Amino acid sequence: MRIYVCVKHVPDTAANIKIVGDAAYDTEVKYVANPYDEYGVEEAVSLVEKNKKGEVIAVCVGDKGAANTLKAVMAMGVHRSILIKTEDQFPGSDITAKALCKAITDDGGADLIFMGKQSVDGEGMQTPYRLAAEMGLPVATGIVAFSHGGETVNVQREIDGGAKELITIKTPCVLGAAKGLNEPRFPKLPAILKAKKKEIKEMDLADMGLTDQGQCRLKSLEPVQERSNAKILEGSTREIVASLVQILKEEEKVI
Amino acid sequence: MSKTGVFIETTDQEIKQSVFGVISAAAAGGGEVTGFLLDGRADKYKDQLAACGVTELVALEAKDIDFSKSPQATGEALAKGATDFGISALLGVSSPTGNDVLARAAMALKAPLALDCMDVDFTANTVKKSHFSGKAVATLEMTGALFVCGIRPNSFEAVESPVTIKITPHTVEVENSDAIIVTEVQAADSSRKDLTEATVIISGGRPMASSDNFKILDECARKLDAVVGASRAAVDAGYAPHSMQVGQTGKIVSPKLYIGCGLSGSVQHFAGMKTSKVIVAINTDKDAPIFTKSDYGIIGDLFEVVPALTKELEKQG
Ligand SMILES: Cc1cc2nc3c(=O)[nH]c(=O)nc-3n(C[C@H](O)[C@H](O)[C@H](O)COP(=O)(O)OP(=O)(O)OC[C@H]3O[C@@H](n4cnc5c(N)ncnc54)[C@H](O)[C@@H]3O)c2cc1C
Repeated sequence: MRIYVCVKHVPDTAANIKIVGDAAYDTEVKYVANPYDEYGVEEAVSLVEKNKKGEVIAVCVGDKGAANTLKAVMAMGVHRSILIKTEDQFPGSDITAKALCKAITDDGGADLIFMGKQSVDGEGMQTPYRLAAEMGLPVATGIVAFSHGGETVNVQREIDGGAKELITIKTPCVLGAAKGLNEPRFPKLPAILKAKKKEIKEMDLADMGLTDQGQCRLKSLEPVQERSNAKILEGSTREIVASLVQILKEEEKVI
Repeated sequence: MSKTGVFIETTDQEIKQSVFGVISAAAAGGGEVTGFLLDGRADKYKDQLAACGVTELVALEAKDIDFSKSPQATGEALAKGATDFGISALLGVSSPTGNDVLARAAMALKAPLALDCMDVDFTANTVKKSHFSGKAVATLEMTGALFVCGIRPNSFEAVESPVTIKITPHTVEVENSDAIIVTEVQAADSSRKDLTEATVIISGGRPMASSDNFKILDECARKLDAVVGASRAAVDAGYAPHSMQVGQTGKIVSPKLYIGCGLSGSVQHFAGMKTSKVIVAINTDKDAPIFTKSDYGIIGDLFEVVPALTKELEKQG
């Protein structure tokens, strides 16, 4: 069984993002594997471990630095990687999906494809759907449980208020992982060292002969103004809660 | 005149509350608003929809297809409806179901898609949405004859704007495929309500220390007509189910009032709730980062402050 996992190289969610120019940011920040993608990696790796056969291949559309993210997921047990190079952090989900599709197809084709349900930088939430459409495969995202039944897989996705949909999908299929699916492992030193020797096949997005429809363009980025210091309510607990209720009712009119 | 389509999402035979805000956003955009319904109960909903500006309600049907079991057919039917009725922007709520249906529709339409948008401009064809876990707002420009857009719940107030409504049953042809089937829907284990639609939320963090202690938040929530949330630290420690988690890897919420009890104010938690209108923080540590990102702060023990707040609300009725 060959499982592909799509992984994005993204700024750490704790990183301070400084916007420069109209639609760019200071990229001198710490990058990590997109946290949602790690759930996909963990699921793929543990499935292959359980079956004692199969291969897990990570595919990433990203810049040179993304090799580090690929090494990190290879330390989690991914066997080898494909890096599709572009300098653009937001190439658009359309071209990204086309590139992922071509790389996966050229590499031999998938029995299963895992990815995160969204990236934490662009928060687009649609690359799984676009990849599935490109590949002509069924898709489900927001997956919190997975079991493999050969011709089909059974998954659960969380819907409103903690209710869950139980879904059966024919394989091959594309699955977008969410938190709750599993606990991604922390690789130990031997695994990290071993990952350094694993293969990363590189190619350039520009050389893949794909056309970008450019349907959705990032026009500008603006920093979000954080609130400034809170107004601290003083007094005894009773006085404080009384004034809070009064503020919320009369000034803010939110209750 | 341009026509904006709205996916009328329903659960348990009720229109999802945040759909009305989406309709108001569409109506404010200037075009005519066409609602697309897939649960077949057009008569039941028509008055509510007319009250906020839906001029035509298209009741989509497809032969031999149960939309509740086939997400793919649902998306494709919505796409066909949008095409058949000459829609130039297709909107819906960015809920788990809304996002899924809109994404599938956008794929069928080969249209640009933006989900979890906080604003939309129908003239410029732009949307605003969060980037970098709420640290930045991106403006995205959509091209083409039609774009699809999911709106973050509570981003727009529902406003009354009564019109006369026409119900149009419309049968579409979509593939009856068994590639993806919903076999069952399991109700939530807890009696707690859905966070994303809530207008008031009270959340507990790591110091809640047990699931039992969440009762004090439940009690306060009853008085506030609020829904209870939790931080990831509280969820990972097993004090609350994952469905209650607010933040980056949990629910994205935008209530009028968010009360955080024993939260440090992490970037990842704020990624999920910083668009709340008013944020109140209760924390024992006067130097907790949450006090630098909230509107009102109470320096104190949540186990004292929350019950006192419940009492005060009780007193004031
Ligand atoms: C990729 C990634 C994704 C994440 N996603 C999320 C997410 O979706 N949601 C989320 O919440 N977190 C998320 N986190 C975790 C986040 O970084 C924080 O660790 C977490 O939010 C902290 O939870 P907390 O505020 O409850 O706990 P703590 O950080 O431990 O803070 C507890 C606070 O309570 C105060 N306190 C202690 N006792 C009391 C008392 N009796 N009364 C009042 N105050 C008291 C303390 O002073 C402290 O400030 C994510 C992290 C990563 C790396």
